[in-house]
Amino acid sequence: MSKTLVVYLMTEPETPELACAAVAGGADIVELGFPFSDPLADGPVIRRAAERALARGMRTRACLELLAQTRAALPRTPLVPMTYASLLEAYGWSRFAADAAAAGATSLIVADLPAGARPELRRIQLVAPTSTDERIRLAAETTDGWLYLVTVAGTTGARDELSPALAGLVRRARSATGLPLYAGFGISTPEQARAAAALADGVVVGSRALQAAERGPDDLRDFVASLRAALDS
Amino acid sequence: MSCFGEYGGRYVPETLVPALDELERGWREALADEAFHRDLHALLTTYAGRPTPLTLAQRFAPGKRLYLKREDLLHTGAHKLNNALGQALLARRLGKRRIVAETGAGQHGVAAATVCARFGLECVVYMGEEDMRRQRPNVERMRLLGAEVRPVGFGTRTLKEATSEAIRDWIATVETTHYLIGSCVGPAPYPELVAELQSVIGREAREQVLAAEGRLPEAVIACVGGGSNAIGLFRGFLADAEVRLLGVEAAGAASLGSGRPAVLHGARSSVLSDEDGQIADAHSISAGLDYPGVGPEHAYLRDTGRAEYVTATDAEALAAFRDLARSEGILPALEPSHALARARDLDAELILVGLSGRGDKDLAEILARR
Repeated sequence: MSKTLVVYLMTEPETPELACAAVAGGADIVELGFPFSDPLADGPVIRRAAERALARGMRTRACLELLAQTRAALPRTPLVPMTYASLLEAYGWSRFAADAAAAGATSLIVADLPAGARPELRRIQLVAPTSTDERIRLAAETTDGWLYLVTVAGTTGARDELSPALAGLVRRARSATGLPLYAGFGISTPEQARAAAALADGVVVGSRALQAAERGPDDLRDFVASLRAALDS
Repeated sequence: MSCFGEYGGRYVPETLVPALDELERGWREALADEAFHRDLHALLTTYAGRPTPLTLAQRFAPGKRLYLKREDLLHTGAHKLNNALGQALLARRLGKRRIVAETGAGQHGVAAATVCARFGLECVVYMGEEDMRRQRPNVERMRLLGAEVRPVGFGTRTLKEATSEAIRDWIATVETTHYLIGSCVGPAPYPELVAELQSVIGREAREQVLAAEGRLPEAVIACVGGGSNAIGLFRGFLADAEVRLLGVEAAGAASLGSGRPAVLHGARSSVLSDEDGQIADAHSISAGLDYPGVGPEHAYLRDTGRAEYVTATDAEALAAFRDLARSEGILPALEPSHALARARDLDAELILVGLSGRGDKDLAEILARR
C-alpha cells in the first residue's frame, strides 16, 4: 500500500497556492498551522514562521477564511488545522470545531491538548516515545482517523538522524490500534521519510516544508516530490 | 489532577504528560513521607535561615501597625529558595540528575543554581536577554554557583520566552531532567506543589503576628507576578475569612486586573491576551513581575472574591523602594516595592506585607532612573 505523505504549512495569504503546489508534488494530506504566540511544541523554524504569520494578521478568523479558500482550491485533499489550546479557548471550543469543519477542515490537531483532556473535542491525537501503553490506548481509542506518532522527545524541527525511538513506538501503537500511524517531528529529508515510512504508514514533514515554501510554490512542489519519490521507491 | 475551579489543568504536549504523572505521584508520596518533611525542615532551618523574622515598620507607615515578612533575609535573598529546596529534594527522590529552570529577575535562577550546587545537580537556567541586562548581578551569581545561563533572544526576551524555552528543553530531556519551575504557574501539579512549598511563609507569619499583636492582621498584602510569594503568604490566612487578602500586580503586567482566560505555559488562567487567544506583552520595571500570566489559584481566588487584586505603577514602586530604604534601612526588591506602595494607602491599621526579596539586584536599574 502506498505510504501517506502529510505536509505542514503555516497559514498565510499564500497558503491556497502553496497547498496546491504541495498536492501537485504528491502530498496526500495538508496540515495548516494556525499560528500561536507561544508554541511550546515547536522548534525555531515553525516558531519564527508563526511570529511572521501573526505579524501579517493571521488571527483565527483570517486562518479560517484561508482554510475555506484552500478547500475551494483542493476539494478532495484532507485539510487539518494544527494549533494550540489558547486559540480554541478564546474562540470557543465547540464553535472552533464547528467553524473549522464548515470551512472545510477534515479534522483538527491541538498540540498542547493531550488525550484525555476535553474529550468532547474530536481530534487527531498524538503519542510520543514517553507515552505509557495506557496512554497510547487512550489516544488510539479517541483519535479521529489516524494517530500522530511524535518520533522524538523534543520539539518540531529537522534532525540529523531518524529517531531510534520510532520503531518501538510503532510496535506499541500497532498493538493498540489498526488505524493508520503517521510519524512526524524530526523528519526532514527523503531518506528519513523513507526510513520512517518503512515502519509507519506515513510521515509528516513540517519545518523543512516551511523552508521550501518560503522560496515559493515551485520549490515546495519539488521538495514534496522528492519526498514522494522516496516514499514510493 | 488539581484544578482551581475552571483554572489550571495540563495543556502540554503529550511528551510531558507521563513526566507530570510521575511528578504528581512522587509529590504525593513525598508529602506522605515523614523523612521528606524532616529533610526539608532541616534544610529550611539550618541552610536557608528559617524562620524569617517579622519587622514592624513604624517609620515607613506612621500611625499603622505595618509588619514586613522578611523573606529578603532568606539565604539567596528571596522567597524563591523555599520552593527550590523542596523541588530539589523531590528531584532527588525521582532520580533526576539535571535541573532546568527559567528566571525573570534572576532570584529563582539563583535559588535553583544554589540548590543544584548544594545537591550536586547539573543546572541550566533560561533567561531573557533583556532580563540578563537589567539583572546582571544575578547572572554572575548563577555562573559562580556553577549553573549554565542560556540567553533567550527572541520575542519579548523576558520571563515569558525564558519559560517557553525551559519547557522546550524539558520536552527534549524529560527522562533525565526535572523542571524546577519558579512560580505557582505551569501545568498541574506545579501550581499546587509550589504553593504548598511556599505556604511556610504564611504559616510562620500568622503565628508571628498573633504572638506580636494577639490578633490577626486586618489585611495581608503581597506582590503578584506569577504569584508564588503571594500564594505562600495567603495560604496562611485563607481560612480566616475576616483577613483581607490583597495582591498587587505591576500596572503594565496586570494579568488578573486586565487579563482574560487563555492558555499559557501549560495552564488555563487569567492572561494578558487578545481576543484571539494570542499572548500579549507585559511591561514592568520589575523583571519578576514582567509576565503576562499568573498562577491559576490567584484567578480562582479573584473570581470567588476571597482575594482582591490591585496594581501599582513603576513610579509608585520606585517611590516605595526609596521610602523603605530611608525610613527603615531596608532595600527591598522592586517586586515587593509594589506591595509596599499599596500597603501605605490601605484603609487598615494592622497590616502584613510580604517582603519577598532584597533589592541588591535592582540597584543598577534604580540608580539609572534617579
